[in-house]
Amino acid sequence: MQRIGVFVCHCGTNIAATVDVKKVAETLLQEPGVVYATDYQYMCSEAGQNMIKDAIKAQNLTGVVICSCSPRMHEATFRKAVAAVGMNPYMLEVANIREQCSWIHKNIEEATEKAIILGRAAVAKVHLNAPLIAGQTPVTKRALVIGGGIAGIQCALDIADAGYQVDIVEKEPTVGGKMTKIDKTFPTLDCSSCILTPKMVDVAQNENIKIYSYSEVESVKGFVGNFTVGIKRKARYVKEDICTGCGLCTEKCPQKKVPNDYNLGLDTKRAIYIPFAQAVPKVATIDADYCTMLKTGKCGVCSKICTAGAIDYTQQDEHLEEQYGAIVVATGYNPIKLDAFDEFAYSQSPDVVTSLEFERLMSASGPNGGHLVRPSDHKEPKTIVFVQCVGSRSTVECGKPYCSKICCMYTCKHAMLCREKYPDTEVYVFYIDVRTPGKNYDEFYRRAVEEYDVHYIKGMVGKVCPEGDKLKVQASDLLTNEQLHIDADMVVLAAAIEADKSARPLATLLTASMDTNDFFTEAHAKLRPVESPTAGVFLAGCAQGPKDIPETVTQAGACASKVIGLLAKDHLVGNPCVAHSDEMMCNGCSTCANVCPYGAITYETKDFSRRKDGTLMRRVASVNPAVCQGCGCCTVACPSGAMDLYGFSTKQIMSEVDAICK
Amino acid sequence: MQEAMIARAKELLADGSVSRVMGWKKGEFSYDISPAVFENADQLVDFVYDDFCGANVSKYLINESKKEGKILAFLKPCDSYSFAQLLKEHRIDREKVYVIGIPSYGKADINKIRAKGIDGVLGIKSEGTDFIVDTIYGEEKIAKFEAMSERCLTCKSKKHVDVDEMMGEEGEWNAESKRFDKVAELEAMTPDERFEFWRGELSRCIRCNACRNVCPACTCVSCVFDNPNSDINNKAAASSFEENMFHIIRAFHVAGRCTDCGECSRVCPQNIPLHLLNRKFIKDINELYGQYQAGANADEKYPMVNFTFDDCEPGIVYKRGGNQ
Repeated sequence: MQRIGVFVCHCGTNIAATVDVKKVAETLLQEPGVVYATDYQYMCSEAGQNMIKDAIKAQNLTGVVICSCSPRMHEATFRKAVAAVGMNPYMLEVANIREQCSWIHKNIEEATEKAIILGRAAVAKVHLNAPLIAGQTPVTKRALVIGGGIAGIQCALDIADAGYQVDIVEKEPTVGGKMTKIDKTFPTLDCSSCILTPKMVDVAQNENIKIYSYSEVESVKGFVGNFTVGIKRKARYVKEDICTGCGLCTEKCPQKKVPNDYNLGLDTKRAIYIPFAQAVPKVATIDADYCTMLKTGKCGVCSKICTAGAIDYTQQDEHLEEQYGAIVVATGYNPIKLDAFDEFAYSQSPDVVTSLEFERLMSASGPNGGHLVRPSDHKEPKTIVFVQCVGSRSTVECGKPYCSKICCMYTCKHAMLCREKYPDTEVYVFYIDVRTPGKNYDEFYRRAVEEYDVHYIKGMVGKVCPEGDKLKVQASDLLTNEQLHIDADMVVLAAAIEADKSARPLATLLTASMDTNDFFTEAHAKLRPVESPTAGVFLAGCAQGPKDIPETVTQAGACASKVIGLLAKDHLVGNPCVAHSDEMMCNGCSTCANVCPYGAITYETKDFSRRKDGTLMRRVASVNPAVCQGCGCCTVACPSGAMDLYGFSTKQIMSEVDAICK
Repeated sequence: MQEAMIARAKELLADGSVSRVMGWKKGEFSYDISPAVFENADQLVDFVYDDFCGANVSKYLINESKKEGKILAFLKPCDSYSFAQLLKEHRIDREKVYVIGIPSYGKADINKIRAKGIDGVLGIKSEGTDFIVDTIYGEEKIAKFEAMSERCLTCKSKKHVDVDEMMGEEGEWNAESKRFDKVAELEAMTPDERFEFWRGELSRCIRCNACRNVCPACTCVSCVFDNPNSDINNKAAASSFEENMFHIIRAFHVAGRCTDCGECSRVCPQNIPLHLLNRKFIKDINELYGQYQAGANADEKYPMVNFTFDDCEPGIVYKRGGNQ
């Protein structure tokens, strides 16, 4: 029989305000095996932990139940505490009477009853707990950064700087991400390329960093410290190590009508292209959807022109597997598609553009060399209307409920730059609120209004109608309560930003959790903001939520420090709560291996002969405890129940259920 | 057909290709036929194959394929699906079995024949759309659609999956099968009606375990219901609802692996339509994950243990009104 101690935490008033903690302790003391029960204001505090330690010694406890917050919060804390006085840490169970009880109930009586039931279930489980010993696993001292935008670049540079190897997997032919498309950066108005391209060069030249451009992650196996990642290197039909990036092929290719995605389709490129002059790696890529040679087998101009002999039309996608200790997700964002917002006539007029398109139109590396003209007739616009919050803070289904955070500032920047470069242009900005929290941000906004005479109007644009060569803008000014009609030459829409579409499937590969907006969730929103709840997976940049460049760089650096902290360890203590197979019951049917997300299960044919039966060979499952993460998929999939989980055995769970249903 | 099968079996035994034959033999009466293994040519005098040979022999091949030497197995189309599914689960050593596919045009259900007032059955043969039943009172003619077992009336496939040779004509997959009609009928009921229906049916269960023991998908070395660590076995005495849970758990355990051979309902001494539970799962799998036939493809992962990005979310249960 176990000697169990029960410790009920008040969590200040978090629990105690809704749960009668004294009653919980008193009632649980009546449970079989419970020899000690008490309550305290903060169990996780030093005094609280000492209380547990003292009780273990004084009462000769063999098991401990803590009724407190979620085990995700403090299970590790309490395990450490009991281990300090010689108890096996897996003899402790946490009953969650905060998140699953006090926080969601109002009625004290009901909440108290539920807390008692949850505590009783934990006591029932402890009765069946057995000491478990965690193994150790080595750490692969290399990091993978998925996404080569500014977040990925900064993170990789910082990790490499600490002496660890980093691989960047970037799905585009070049690293750099969105920042390469941006003209100037707020609030200092320094040129985006000027601050980014040196970092891109650093990444390319750093001997600890390897760039897999035009590549995608296609599989992830393993666990923290020991990930095996499958990387698909998409065929670019150009030998990366031979191409010198001279660009001759990109001038001679006869296929000229390829939409140029670097300029967001505002102009065209050739079927063989280098995205932009500062691309890293600076090698050409053939767009297989447009290349005449690849489609019809007739052309071959680039191959003839290439003096280095880098063109290879027979190139295939390459699949490789690499080992990593840590994975950083920096998959970034995209502006949302504006098809569903047709009141702004985005699909009806080429002169209605998104802010990112406007960025290209203003940029020296853009389609017009930085000379702002209307896409339709190449005339300078005289009246420009900016519309903020297009799809952000939206209650309609096609929009996003969140604030995209960067739009107020870049719209302000666009407006200011327009007025600066083309002083005879009238600029209107329609806003719901102008949000400028950030160092020197509000000053920047004030300058746009006060020094540059940008017309900021609180209110939303109701409709944009192309009429002749004008865009009729109908809007309301909420402060004067007037209806406005503006004949604009251009309309710029600050489209909401959303997580890149590759993020959701990636999250599944990584078993990392996401919120409803497809942003990766943090292990703790405040205290562990750059870690995913999945151990060994870290978050940087807009993959975690909308943020601007300074914030992204800050977060990437924080993320790198967490990665370095992990890679600096030689060993990680494993999780002893792993699956194991009862060979006498295993059928060898492979169901468990089919569902195992970690590839921890293998089969061997073993001899189960008893002397008089002759030989009996049976195929049975065996679990590699170093690879198993204890998710339990196999235990529920196994038809005969041969698979069971240490620490969460079927028996333990059933006894908890029985205790709850009692 | 029977004579041709015996002749071919003798040939294969004689040339040493196989050392045993898996088939059927008569029991006390001509209609209670059971699967049997014949060790030599002489024993084949008891070999029978007629319209009462509905039993699925694939499950027996698990143990037979563990023994020395190769065994010849005659498999009907539905048996061959179970056989292929067992291969997929590594339960049968394919090298140890020589499979001859035999056609099946629908087996007779003795209960239906008796219900027609035909007693003293001595034998059966097929004649066009009728069965000719030989009885101690003389021959009786009965239309096949009236005497055929339900699973044969709604046959899914007359085509085999994995055979070494065919005797007789190979058939086709029957896309017109009406096998889900009864399930659809149950789905159309209100939850209360459906609950009553199943309570009514399952309350007759005597827990003889015949359904489990005959089922080719229930091949565990040790069944979860017999495993003291599962904490399920001792619930039997505690609840009268247990027999219901037994069948529901069993349906869950074979979900995605059940080939819909219908043996469970055939052997049930209480005539509970157990196959409907399995068919409900098959229908759901088809609707939620795309058409899938267990056993049809030996390499494919079955939907229940496979993940794809297109998989439906658990919320589908709510959307389909499963919460009501």
